[in-house]
Amino acid sequence: MSETTAAPAHQFETLEQQREAATLGMWIFLATEVLFFGGLFMGYTFVRWSYPEVFEQASHRLDATIGGVNTAVLLLSSLTMALAVKSAQLGKRNALVAFLSLTALLGILFLGFKAIEYHGDYVDHIVPGIPSYHFEGPSAPQAELFFWIYFAMTGLHAIHVTVGIIVIAIMAALAWRRSFSPEHYMPIEVTGLYWHFVDIVWVFLFPLLYLVGHR
Amino acid sequence: MNAIELEPSPALQEEEPGNYLSESHTVASWLLTTDHKRIGILYLYSILFFFIIASFAAATMRLELLNPQGSLVLSETYNKLFTIHGVLMVWFFLIPSIPAVLGNFTIPMMIGARDVAFPRLNLLSWYIFIGGGLFALYSIVSGGVDTGWTFYTPFSSTYSNTHVIAMAAGVFVAGFSTIITGLNFMVTIHKMRAPGLTWFRLPLFIWSLYSTSLIMVLATPVLAITLALLSLERFWGIGIFDPKLGGDPVLFQHLFWFYSHPAVYIMILPGMGVISEIIPCFARKRIFGYYFVAFSSVAIAVLGFLVWGHHMFVSSQSVYAGLIFSLLSFIVSVPSAIKVFNWTATLYKGSISFETPMLYAFGFIGLFTIGGLTGLFLASLGADVHLHDTYFVIAHFHYIMVGGMVMAFMGGLHYWWPKITGRMYPEFMGKIAALVTFIGFNLTFFPQFLLGYLGMPRRYHTYPPEFQIFHILSTAGASILGVGYLLPLIYFIYSLRYGKKAGPNPWRATGLEWQTSSPPPKDNFLRTPVVKRAPYDYSPFEEEHPQNV
Repeated sequence: MSETTAAPAHQFETLEQQREAATLGMWIFLATEVLFFGGLFMGYTFVRWSYPEVFEQASHRLDATIGGVNTAVLLLSSLTMALAVKSAQLGKRNALVAFLSLTALLGILFLGFKAIEYHGDYVDHIVPGIPSYHFEGPSAPQAELFFWIYFAMTGLHAIHVTVGIIVIAIMAALAWRRSFSPEHYMPIEVTGLYWHFVDIVWVFLFPLLYLVGHR
Repeated sequence: MNAIELEPSPALQEEEPGNYLSESHTVASWLLTTDHKRIGILYLYSILFFFIIASFAAATMRLELLNPQGSLVLSETYNKLFTIHGVLMVWFFLIPSIPAVLGNFTIPMMIGARDVAFPRLNLLSWYIFIGGGLFALYSIVSGGVDTGWTFYTPFSSTYSNTHVIAMAAGVFVAGFSTIITGLNFMVTIHKMRAPGLTWFRLPLFIWSLYSTSLIMVLATPVLAITLALLSLERFWGIGIFDPKLGGDPVLFQHLFWFYSHPAVYIMILPGMGVISEIIPCFARKRIFGYYFVAFSSVAIAVLGFLVWGHHMFVSSQSVYAGLIFSLLSFIVSVPSAIKVFNWTATLYKGSISFETPMLYAFGFIGLFTIGGLTGLFLASLGADVHLHDTYFVIAHFHYIMVGGMVMAFMGGLHYWWPKITGRMYPEFMGKIAALVTFIGFNLTFFPQFLLGYLGMPRRYHTYPPEFQIFHILSTAGASILGVGYLLPLIYFIYSLRYGKKAGPNPWRATGLEWQTSSPPPKDNFLRTPVVKRAPYDYSPFEEEHPQNV
């Protein structure tokens, strides 16, 4: 979607118009994403409202430490993303490349921790749908439902993180090739919006999944 | 009786600039085009293809129902037929019909832009649509799906032995094409308007498509996640719709209708927009109550999100929730009624002429009114218990979707055909087809109101013999309706070659899209227009024809 020259695309009159259009487009896309995740959050709310105790019990089996560290990682990546947008505004090309790369690396770090966590869940026999899954107790079926929801929500979020890392890496490569300028950094800004959204989703997921019943 | 005589504006006629069709004739120039006009035509061909398949499914069902014992197809085949008909008609014909074909073609021209805001995304949306269509076709040729278009759990998730996941994937993928189209339209309408074209100088078609886009963008993702959860449920049994693990099948219905009721408005708001263009043009009068018509579109879009529960009056929903949803459903009918009153008031003392688009518009108003009023029967808690899941429901929503949306689509297609192709369709044949469609439609679906009221449930292919007369009437009507759709197909193709040249503005309409040549040049306008007036600035017949007074 990025235009490497400073001239607006043929359908636009001015660069300003193009920038506004791209930003509005991303905001609308994010509204779509909110509703996309919204269906899952609705399902979560319904099931948790039906079985609050089971949710507490099952939630304790998740690794809140890794979840917490990952929250910090993503929040930090939001900071580096914001700094990348600032660098793009100021036309600091080296800083832009550095902050974008740092953001992508933090995203990869997040996925790495996530993989370790998933593996831990596997060892702990709480990955539903495979033979090793095992959960004792009278409310085992509802606990299984909790774990399914946990994997569906974090899985969908991980897909979004992966897409974000790819886009940020492309932006870093473009920035390296001096494709952006203080007049033309709209792709960075739009990518930043998307990345912040991915972070915010996690900010909701973390307490809803990991901290149920922690006092 | 006859079409308004041509009044070519000489400046535009003489130079005959290259147009978007003559730019290039290669297949690649079509498949890689980013021109909104060409993408609109790609969509036109695609939805026509799905319309034909879905129509054959419907025709087979109507033939089957001629006979109370059901001797033409097996029960399972019948189930698959109505699923094919529903899925293809809803997601692969009606939803893209006016927005993706007529909207794509006209929106940038109506607002004086060279193209939509994101032309490449626009093309991508078409490819995604085709991708979704391939999934759906795969699911059909590999054996079909028997769940109905609503995919209700637990039948779809647990018991059906058909290709539910492939079909759900098709709808899921096509949904993203809808989202992209809606996003593109919203940004285009916000950011691409010509100088002087303020919000309240916009044609009402734009207002209605803006409201439609709002629904597309906010409702479709919920369908996507719901179908994804359904597929996960079917594949892995994740339990969210399964009582065995503590889930709830009715949760599926809530999520599904949270999308699908607003989607009903995706399937009617664009039609209302077309009618708002046609009526002032052929009554030679400014629209009555512009602001009311404009804001009623937005009101329908917003209120449409709050009424989904009226599909679940008999699905274990609490009676108090039912009361609220019933009330809200009555409220959502108010903006629709406002539109009907305003169109009618526009006609009052207008200089009305009866060209084909106007005939379709009249058909729309009458049929939509019947469809809307019967909707109120279904929104009433008590009446719905009797009418739920009967042919009354079938007749009601076909009056809206076929009597409303398809009539409006045909009206709009005739209205903009000269702009799209540069040629006039044969006016006499057009009028015949409009009348045949109207008669055939009513004969098909009016008996179904009676059938439903008498207790004939939907989705059954055998029935008590006393219902046979209504089914025979309905099938006879469907045959006439088929002729009504076949005629335009023939004379539209005929007109591409033999139709008389249309000129830039055969209807002497006021919209910006008529201020450029037909077919328009690739960039729509030779120079960006500047708007100084409100829309629908029509002068009465006497002023246009002083010699006749």
